[in-house]
Amino acid sequence: MAGTQINPTRMELTRLKKKLVTAQRGHKLLKDKRDELMRQFLDLVRENKALRKKVEDGIKAANKNFVLAKTSMSDAVTGTALLAPKQEVTLEISQKNIMSVNIPQYNIKTRTSDSNDIYSYGFANTSSDLDDAVKSLSDLLPDMLRLAECEKSCQLMAAEIEKTRRRVNALEHVMIPQTQESIRYITMKLDENERSTQVRLMKVKDMMVKEQIEKSHSN
Amino acid sequence: MYKIAVMGDRDSIYGFAALGLDTYEVKQNSGEAAKILKRLAENDYAIIYMTEPLCSELETELDKYRENLTPAIIPVPAVKGNTGYGQAKVKSFVEKAVGADII
Repeated sequence: MAGTQINPTRMELTRLKKKLVTAQRGHKLLKDKRDELMRQFLDLVRENKALRKKVEDGIKAANKNFVLAKTSMSDAVTGTALLAPKQEVTLEISQKNIMSVNIPQYNIKTRTSDSNDIYSYGFANTSSDLDDAVKSLSDLLPDMLRLAECEKSCQLMAAEIEKTRRRVNALEHVMIPQTQESIRYITMKLDENERSTQVRLMKVKDMMVKEQIEKSHSN
Repeated sequence: MYKIAVMGDRDSIYGFAALGLDTYEVKQNSGEAAKILKRLAENDYAIIYMTEPLCSELETELDKYRENLTPAIIPVPAVKGNTGYGQAKVKSFVEKAVGADII
């Protein structure tokens, strides 16, 4: 790691070693998180895709029914028939935590429990096609809710997976190799220092021994 | 307590009113859609079903709500037919998460 300056000291070495252990542990955990998220995401996205197809087909059929209903009634009559709905839908949201991603769970509440309250009109002036149309749409509602749940969850999870994947890659390909490189650099530098001290000491010892011998000879 | 809204042109959405969902009629390319969406998102709407043509018109606005828990904005086909926008969105999730479309 030639780019940044590091002090080749023992303290720095200990610090880096600790950092490496943390990074490796973090990397392992994040990798597990990513794998599990991915597994759940793929299940969910498959369901999402199937649901979407079902809902789109359902809406298409319902729309067809509505167009049919419209042909046998005047615009004004269809308008007023659906103007004042009897039924009212509210939602309760609870959250579910999947690997630190909060995904919504919808719980639907209707104002009245009577399933016939979707027909907000008298049957005298409207054709039965309108009933069919409203019914087909009403049957679709549970699927549409599940689709909303699924799709939002997929959206949130996709964002989280992307984030986690980036982190895993950053640790794996940048942080960990860099730290390892720094540790290697410091160890080598420290070893080198030690060797040079050793050599210096030996040299000094040699000189002192030589001096001693010369002294004893001259005496 | 949260509510459900449906946004789109009148012909595509008026049926949802019968089910008890709140319908908001929006004309194409009128610029009012973004305002309505903002108002709905700030009030307690947890799910907003939006017709596909409207979704593609409001792409930048939708991005703002992508990371939030509410509202979930779900594209549904309009009366004119399926544009494939919704399926493309599902595809884009996979691409974002996995890096390639493997589903």
